[in-house]
Amino acid sequence: MIYPASPLAIAIFCLFVGAVLALSFYLGARAKSARGYYAAHGQVGWFVNGIAFAGDYLSAASFLGICGMIAFYGYDGFLYSIGYLAGWIVALFVIAEPIKRLGKFTFADALDAQFHSRGIKLTAAISTLIVSVFYLIPQMVGAGALIKPLLGVRDMHVAGLLIPSHAVGVALVGAAVIVIVVTAGMVSTTWVQFIKGSLLVFFCTVLVVMILNRGLKVAPPSAPQAIVKADGQTLINGQPQSESNDLHPVGRVLALPNGKTETGPLGPVAFLRTIQNSTIETYKKVTGGNTTTFQPIASKGADLLTPGGYFKDIKAGNWKGRLNFLSLMLALFCGTAALPHILIRYYTVKDAASARKSTLVGIAAIGFFYVLTLYLGLGAMTSGSLDPTDSNMSAPLLARSFNPVLFAIISAIAFTTVLGTVSGLIIAASGAVAHDLMSNFLRIEMDDHAKVRAGKIACVVIGLVAIVLGIVFRDFNVTFLVGWAFNIAASANLPALVMLLFWRGTTKQGITAAITVGVLASLAWILLSGDAYANLYGKPATAAPMPFNQPGIVTIPLGFVVLVVVSLVTGDTGRRRGAETVAALGAA
Amino acid sequence: MAAAAADPPSDRPQPAAHDAHVGPNARLGLVLFTVYFVLYLGFMGIATFAHEAFASTPFGGVNLAILYGMGLIVAALVLALVYLRLCKPE
Repeated sequence: MIYPASPLAIAIFCLFVGAVLALSFYLGARAKSARGYYAAHGQVGWFVNGIAFAGDYLSAASFLGICGMIAFYGYDGFLYSIGYLAGWIVALFVIAEPIKRLGKFTFADALDAQFHSRGIKLTAAISTLIVSVFYLIPQMVGAGALIKPLLGVRDMHVAGLLIPSHAVGVALVGAAVIVIVVTAGMVSTTWVQFIKGSLLVFFCTVLVVMILNRGLKVAPPSAPQAIVKADGQTLINGQPQSESNDLHPVGRVLALPNGKTETGPLGPVAFLRTIQNSTIETYKKVTGGNTTTFQPIASKGADLLTPGGYFKDIKAGNWKGRLNFLSLMLALFCGTAALPHILIRYYTVKDAASARKSTLVGIAAIGFFYVLTLYLGLGAMTSGSLDPTDSNMSAPLLARSFNPVLFAIISAIAFTTVLGTVSGLIIAASGAVAHDLMSNFLRIEMDDHAKVRAGKIACVVIGLVAIVLGIVFRDFNVTFLVGWAFNIAASANLPALVMLLFWRGTTKQGITAAITVGVLASLAWILLSGDAYANLYGKPATAAPMPFNQPGIVTIPLGFVVLVVVSLVTGDTGRRRGAETVAALGAA
Repeated sequence: MAAAAADPPSDRPQPAAHDAHVGPNARLGLVLFTVYFVLYLGFMGIATFAHEAFASTPFGGVNLAILYGMGLIVAALVLALVYLRLCKPE
C-alpha cells in the first residue's frame, strides 16, 4: 500500500527523536568512567531499571510482530507473548541474583569470575557478538519498514544512484543509535529505554481502551485483490498502483452473535467472548508467478482464538510440526535469560535485592503489555485498516483507524522502540569487544578512558555493520530472525550459566565446550533448516537435511550434556593436577 | 608446611563462592521455577497433543486457550511477588 507523508507524523517523530538525542547529550557528561559507560555506575534505581528492562525487551518483534501475527493469524501470535514472558521466570528465579553477584560489566565476567580462563572469555564474547548481531538485524529491518509510512519516504536517486526508502530508514536508525550510545553509553541507553517502555505501555493501554469503547461492527464481505509486478511496474487489480488505485485495507467482522450488527462499547471479557462467537474475514495469500492474490476467507472466531492458525502442523497432528512448535516454545522460555543485552542490565543496579525488584517491575510491565497485545491484535483484525501485504504495520494502522494524531504517536513510539532495543544490543556487543576480547582475552593494557574509547569505537563499527546487514536482509522475515537469536542464546549461554551456578563439578573446559558446541550446533541447524533453504538460498524447504526448523529442543539439552561430559573428564585432570601441585610444593 | 598453606589451583569453582549462589534464596527460586515450568509444560502439552481441549469454555464464556495463556502471564507476576516476599536479605 502507498502511505502518504503526514506532516504531523514527521513533526511528532522529529520531536521524539530530538528529545531522545538531547537527553543523551545531557547525560553524556555523567558517564566518563568505564563503570559509568558500561554499567551506568551501578546506580540506576530499581524501578527505572525495571521499566528499562521492558523498554529493552519489548522490541519491534514484540510490538509490531506480535500484533501483526495476531491480526493475521489469531491466537498463535499470543503464543509468542506467553513464551517471551515465561522466559523472565528463568531470569528472575535462576539467573538474576547470582549474575549480579558474580559480574561487573558483561555476562562473560560472571561466567569467568571463578576460573580466570581466556577460553571462557573468548567463547562468551563471540557468543555475545553472534546473538547480538542476530538480534540487531531484525530491529534494523523493522526500522527500515517503518520509515516508509511514518515519513512517507520514497525511493530516491542521488548522483544517479537509486537509494531505496528502506535503506534511508535503516541508515537513519543506525545514525541515531550510534549517537545515543557513543555520547553516554549505558546511562543514556537506560533512560531511552525507560522513556520508551513507559510510552509504549501507556499509549497501548489508551489504544486498547479505545478498541473496547468502539466495540465491534459488521461490514459487508470484500472482494479478492491482486498485485501483479512486471517490467518495474506494480498493477493493483489490473491498473497501475497510485494513491487513487491502491489495495483496499482489510480486516472486518462479517457476523456478530445473535444477528447483531453493532455491539457498542464492550468490557475486556465480553470483547473476547464476542469475537469467539463471531465470523471474521481473514485472508489467504496465493502467489503464482508475478501475481499475488489476497483471497478473503470467512473464519470462525472460535478457530481464530485457539492455536493452529500459523502453526498449522499442530492441528494436523504431524510429529515434525509438533516438535518444531515445542522447540520454539522451549527456546522462547530458555532464551530470555541468556540474552546478553538483558543480562547486562543486572549490572546497572546497586545490589542483588535491587536486581530482584527491577525484574519484578519488568515482569509486571512486560506481562501487562503482552495482555494488551491480544486486544491490539484482535482490534486490528476487526478494524478494517490492515495492509494485506504487511502484517508488521498492523498496530500503527490500527491507531490510524482512530485518528491521525494517535497514528503519529504510535509510529514514533515504534521507532523509538527500535532505537531503545538497538542501543542496548550495541552496548552489549561493544562490551564484548572492548572489555571481554581486547582487555581480558588479548590482555591489551587499557586505562579507564582507553576502555571507554575502545567501547565507543566498537559501537561505531558494530553500528555500521548493523546498517549494512539491515539493508542486505531487507526482504527477510523479522520474526524468523528473532527466533534464531533466541535459539542461539538459549543453546550457547543458558547451559553454561545454569550449570556454573548450580553444579559444583563444572569446569572451565566444560563451560568453553558448552558455549562453543551450543553456538555451532544451533547455527548449523538453522542454516541447514527448511526455513533457511526457502528464505535464504531460494531452494525447496523439503531439500533441507534438518527435520524441522527450530533447533532448541535438540541443541539446548546438547549444551548441558557437553558441559557435564567435558567437566567430568577434565574434572579428574584438574584434581590430578592439583594433587601434583601439592606434592611438588611438599617436596620443595 | 608450605604445602599445607598453599591452596592447590583447581579448575572447579571455589566451594565458598559456589555456596553463596545456592543459598536459601536460590533454593526458593528453584522451587518457584519448577512450579511455573510445570504450568508452562501443561500449556505446551495441551497445545501440542490435545488442542481441541483449548476450544472448551470453562469460565465466563472465554475459551481455555485464552484463560490458560492469561493465567500463565498472571502466574508469572504472582510467583515473582511471592519470591520477593519470601527472599531473605543478604
